[in-house]
Amino acid sequence: MACKDCSSAVLEEARQIVNEVGSEPEKVIPLLQEIQNRHSYLPDDLVEAVADVMEVPAADIYGVATFYSQFRFTPMGKHLIKVCKGTACHVSGADLLTASISDELGVEEGGTTEDMLFTLETVACLGCCSLAPVVMIDDKVYGKLTSSKVRKIVKEYKDGKH
Amino acid sequence: MENTRVFVGLGSCGIAAGAQDIYDYMAPDLKSGGLDLEVTSCVGMCYAEPIVEIEHNGERRRYGYVDKKFADELLESVKTGTFPEKNMIALSEDGKKYLDRQVKIVLQNCGIINPECIDEYLEADGYKALTKCIEEYKPEEVVSIVKASGLKGRGGAGFLTGLKWSFLAGAKGDKTGDTECRDPVLSRKGDKTGDTECRDPVLSRKGDYKYLVCNADEGDPGAFMDRSILEGDPHKVIEGMLIGAYATGAKEGIIYCRAEYPLAIKRLNIAIAAGEEKNYIGDNILGTDFSFHLHVKEGAGAFVCGEETALMASIEGKRGMPRLRPPFPANSGINKSPTNINNVETYGNVPFIILNGADAFNKYAFKNSYGTKVFALAGKIKRGGLIEVPMGLSIREIVTDIGGGTSSGRPVKAVQMGGPAGGCIPERLFDTPIDYDSINETGAIMGSGGMVVMDDSTCMVDVARYFLSFTQNESCGKCTFCRIGTKRMLEILIRITEGNGKLEDLDKLEELAGHITKTSLCGLGQLAPNPVLTTIKYFREEYEAHIKNRECPAGVCKSLITIQVIPDNCTGCTLCARVCPVSAIEGMRKKIHVIDPETCTRCGLCIEACNFDAIEVV
Repeated sequence: MACKDCSSAVLEEARQIVNEVGSEPEKVIPLLQEIQNRHSYLPDDLVEAVADVMEVPAADIYGVATFYSQFRFTPMGKHLIKVCKGTACHVSGADLLTASISDELGVEEGGTTEDMLFTLETVACLGCCSLAPVVMIDDKVYGKLTSSKVRKIVKEYKDGKH
Repeated sequence: MENTRVFVGLGSCGIAAGAQDIYDYMAPDLKSGGLDLEVTSCVGMCYAEPIVEIEHNGERRRYGYVDKKFADELLESVKTGTFPEKNMIALSEDGKKYLDRQVKIVLQNCGIINPECIDEYLEADGYKALTKCIEEYKPEEVVSIVKASGLKGRGGAGFLTGLKWSFLAGAKGDKTGDTECRDPVLSRKGDKTGDTECRDPVLSRKGDYKYLVCNADEGDPGAFMDRSILEGDPHKVIEGMLIGAYATGAKEGIIYCRAEYPLAIKRLNIAIAAGEEKNYIGDNILGTDFSFHLHVKEGAGAFVCGEETALMASIEGKRGMPRLRPPFPANSGINKSPTNINNVETYGNVPFIILNGADAFNKYAFKNSYGTKVFALAGKIKRGGLIEVPMGLSIREIVTDIGGGTSSGRPVKAVQMGGPAGGCIPERLFDTPIDYDSINETGAIMGSGGMVVMDDSTCMVDVARYFLSFTQNESCGKCTFCRIGTKRMLEILIRITEGNGKLEDLDKLEELAGHITKTSLCGLGQLAPNPVLTTIKYFREEYEAHIKNRECPAGVCKSLITIQVIPDNCTGCTLCARVCPVSAIEGMRKKIHVIDPETCTRCGLCIEACNFDAIEVV
């Protein structure tokens, strides 16, 4: 059941990933995580190629991938903005932050800007509750935010200051 | 600079508060004076981050609220040997109130030692409990000690840890030797029909191969205890697991950690590598025939994986869906091998119990609960952070004495305990003591330890809606009532917050809640209605105000509020008009502004922007 649309380069990468991580059934999640680490999302052809190499139906892999919220099926923007929606952030106005960022970037929650600069997501809890409300941009967490502060920070990213 | 050490607390939240910047700022300066800036983790006083500590001639001073200007002062003081008196947060009135009621067993080393350095853990009596077990106790004696301590599972359910361990110790597995197929249904090799070959027979390790799992899939919004423990003192959790493995005969350990906690994962991996190097982990530990291998498994973002059978499915690489028990994990867990699962904090208690005896632990006793509990105190609280308190302290003592009341100065209304599976406890029940039974009586649960404080600007209907939208979203979909019932409940709650509720909706919510609780397989579904039921029980009048009067008393639910300018306070600065995303505010400079209620989306940006308190919610 060779992957019909896969180029040889994609198959080669799939082999490499499976070699690195392992092909046992319990490695499915680490495999997906590795694919996403490399590409920021799960490209269809690569997932199918990995399924091929593992000799399992691609549907099995997709069954797992779609269950977990970590996995993304469309390319991500250069910067990933995660607005924390934890309890402490919720009661401290997280919705307002989401609305402000959404307004600033012109993109809905879950979407990516047309220039591929930003992806806006919400996350259940970042565990920085004492700094609520918080937003994580790439690896950096910003705490005790207001909508004007977060707009300023997003603008800085737009201007390439980070 | 002789006899001086300087530390910066670099936990995730400290870093978010700017501690990394302070570290980067101070390190080169100290380095030029021949001093290495040292790293610790979160000491729990999150409200005062970033925190820098200076040890001089054995005396340790803890400074909070460190910005670059204050950092300069501290750098200077290291050179002169005369240290500033301000911002000494451990000795200030506030700090004393925060710390005095706490008893630190699990958090003993957090924020004190460098979590990335095994030698500092060893200096703090690290791995002595493990050594003591191996040298002095038989495995069954260790189980007895943990049983006698009365330690209960800190993940929320509160099952006796010693008892759980005894199940694993006594488990035999099915048969030895066989390498049966793990899951023949999934084997669909080849294009031809018929064959159901096994996909991977090597992995089937039945018999006496046992697993010990640490559940670090801390998913409750508003909870960060496990993260802080793993970031601050990973070796303690590992030592607890090793003792558990020794007591139960487990061969392999897995720490299942949320992927959202990269720093915790990093420090765990460093700790495991260091432990292996010193032969605390691996084959023939400390020269005996006791062997235990340990590794970290990253979660992939599914709240339900905190449930033990779902967690095991996820470890096996499947969709993380819970299954019916029995068989219990102790008989048939990961790869059908006997498995024991405990929470991070549970393992964190074990070294203390072994080292100091069960009595030293259960002297902190209240009713049927023993020891301490770690809480993440957050929300609208003045002094928020990570606290560890003995059982029996009241909620009021935590909120008022330790936490210092609300950050806003407004009256406190409730605390939410136990996350999406827990409930809201109203202020009038704040004398409830912290123990598993008393908290359960209120309708909330002890849970893993999230404690979110709410003041009177929090709408309880909105809180119920918030939690239900969370559980509804995280329901794995296996049980019909959890999948569809939570959706129906959420629709009703949304209807109420939009002012379209009916009084009979409250009965309907309670009826649905009963069905969901009775017909769900796992804790997620069984407890999902809790936030709704407790808020209806304690804040019924708030629901009725939404339904009968179409009013949100806390001024939160957008459909039920109007935002208007207070003419007396308005200076006509035009700031609000400029931030309004829908141009609903009309106002000339120096003229009183007016908000058009038709256009206004009630986002609240203008309220936040106004410097004169001139915009109000009615």
